Amino acid sequence: MNDEESCSQAESYWKANVWLLIKLLAVWGFVSFGCSIILVDYLDQFSFFGFKLGFWFSQQGAILVFICLIFLYTKRMNTLDRKFTSRESKRDSEEQF
Amino acid sequence: MTTQTLTFLFIGSSFALYIAIAIWSRAGSTRDFYVAGEGVNPIANGMATAADWMSAASFISMAGIIAFLGRDGSVYLLGWTGGYVLLALLLAPYLRKFGRYTVPDFIGERYYSRTARLVAVLCLIFVSFTYVAGQMRGVGIVFSRFLEVEVTTGVIIGMAIVFMYAVLGGMKGITYTQVAQYCVLIFAYLVPAIFISLMVTNNPVPQLGFGSELNDGSNVSVLQKLDSVLTDLGFSPYTEGQKSTVDVLAITAALMFGTAGLPHVLVRFFTVPKVSDARLSAGYALVFIAILYTTAPAVAAFARLNFVDTIHETPYENAPSWFSQWESIGLVAWKDKNNDGVMQYGAGHALEPQRPKFSDERGPSGQRLLENSPSVSNNEIYIDRDIIVLANPEIAGLPSWVIALVAAGGVAAALSTAAGLLLVISSAVSHDLLKKTFMPKINDRQELFCARIAAAIAVFVAGLFGIYPPAFVAQVVAFAFGLAAASIFPALFLGIFVKSITREGAVTGMLAGLLFTFFYIVFFKFIEPSQNIPANWIFGISPEGIGTIGMILNITATITVSRFTPKPPKNVGKIIKELRLPPS
Repeated sequence: MNDEESCSQAESYWKANVWLLIKLLAVWGFVSFGCSIILVDYLDQFSFFGFKLGFWFSQQGAILVFICLIFLYTKRMNTLDRKFTSRESKRDSEEQF
Repeated sequence: MTTQTLTFLFIGSSFALYIAIAIWSRAGSTRDFYVAGEGVNPIANGMATAADWMSAASFISMAGIIAFLGRDGSVYLLGWTGGYVLLALLLAPYLRKFGRYTVPDFIGERYYSRTARLVAVLCLIFVSFTYVAGQMRGVGIVFSRFLEVEVTTGVIIGMAIVFMYAVLGGMKGITYTQVAQYCVLIFAYLVPAIFISLMVTNNPVPQLGFGSELNDGSNVSVLQKLDSVLTDLGFSPYTEGQKSTVDVLAITAALMFGTAGLPHVLVRFFTVPKVSDARLSAGYALVFIAILYTTAPAVAAFARLNFVDTIHETPYENAPSWFSQWESIGLVAWKDKNNDGVMQYGAGHALEPQRPKFSDERGPSGQRLLENSPSVSNNEIYIDRDIIVLANPEIAGLPSWVIALVAAGGVAAALSTAAGLLLVISSAVSHDLLKKTFMPKINDRQELFCARIAAAIAVFVAGLFGIYPPAFVAQVVAFAFGLAAASIFPALFLGIFVKSITREGAVTGMLAGLLFTFFYIVFFKFIEPSQNIPANWIFGISPEGIGTIGMILNITATITVSRFTPKPPKNVGKIIKELRLPPS
């Protein structure tokens, strides 16, 4: 296998990984620090299932979003893992023949 | 059957179950003992993590704290769940990929330094022991109230059970008992919550129930009623915050980053077979945790409302029996300030000093008399927040088997967390201190033996904490998070994501974060408690939230020192490079 190529492969895998983390953590920060704390009084003017919206975010909504974020991450990473490992093994097998 | 017989029955049969599991899953090697042979199914690991995580504090205290803080109590809900996102995204998969036994293992090898490993062991033991002590108080409360045995007996029984499965089974025994304990505790938490939600609102889902309208035909929702009732009594409205936004932000962040840095939770992700399983099981863990954490605020709101309803303006003679039962162990008290024989509840502390000191005499209505002088407020009721969840089924008048179930759930929550913490302590001693530092020549069997001895000693010390609780335990548990956030989290995170961090940087950072946070807390909580007011805090951040500043300090120090010290050696670069590869 070409060393340089595998190096850039690893780098683009890592970059894709970090980029995904940044996106997910931005949502995480917005929902927890944003909706549940900084914007809470503003959101409280809206009503949601009988709750003030800001209050609901801080005691229910944020937790539900956190769960979605982890499962989304798991799914995206599995796709990413498959994409990069299959590329690698494909190249490996090509080299063998 | 009486509540007490039922409680004996429930707790007894759950103990029998835990012991059976312990015997079935004995550990045969250090790999079994430390990481359950890396063969735990991700869903089972999710449940075990949830039980490990949800301590007596989550089960017993959290709803009580929220009931009395209202919206400000959200910091605990947000902090203790949001941390799992950090854990799943930033730490768990990489630590699993690294594939060793303990958290100090990672820090020691990544920072190519025995000192770094020892500093990590120090942080770990400090954090874990403060935490364990809190669990034992939980066991003590349950035993003394529901079984009416001495706290000492309760703690000894609890420790004997933990000893059985932690010392015999190590991580393997703990994992499968924790799965069972999760089932017990979540069932015990949900049943009364569903009952109460149905009784108050006709809605069987507590998460929706506490936003629904009351079923008394008044057309007001639970939260609206609570806001108006509390305002009438002189409290601030339940759904509005009192703490400053900066402080709320800091506390939430400290709890989140602290959660991600807690060693007994991190080590659970070493036990699954693959990296992808580590990510997945963090997701499952949060689902299992969220079932309790989304129910807790509902329980809190119902409990506060029911409490005011049943106690305020009720003559003591007509008070429900739970009131006098909790009064007899000193967790509620009534001081009849206006001598009318009727209990008045309201804002402000009832007593001076705040904690009740009972005399041996009884008052005209039959209440226990207090030595405390009355405070200026009109409030006559002292209530310990820790009893809310345990007393809730009684306050709502639920059948006695529900009350017994809650008692068994509380014990399950306390024991599962205690066992997880004790294991982390014992593996830090046998693996990091002995095998990797002071006695590198011991073989696997000797190391396993040392691990068992260390676990036994840790169980013993934790038991002593339970029997002779240091007065500051309850306050300190929350600070374990601040310390973990300021010391362990940054070392792990930077170790994975920034290649150029050196051992000098990491050690300076950990010590700076730990010491700063430690002394800030000790100063305001123990040396000068009277100075503990917002005007004196750095940036207006309370000791509960100071871990956030400690963390920023740690990161700054680590990066700065790393710039001026020799680069990490080549093999460390290789370790990091491998962590970042796709799992094969």
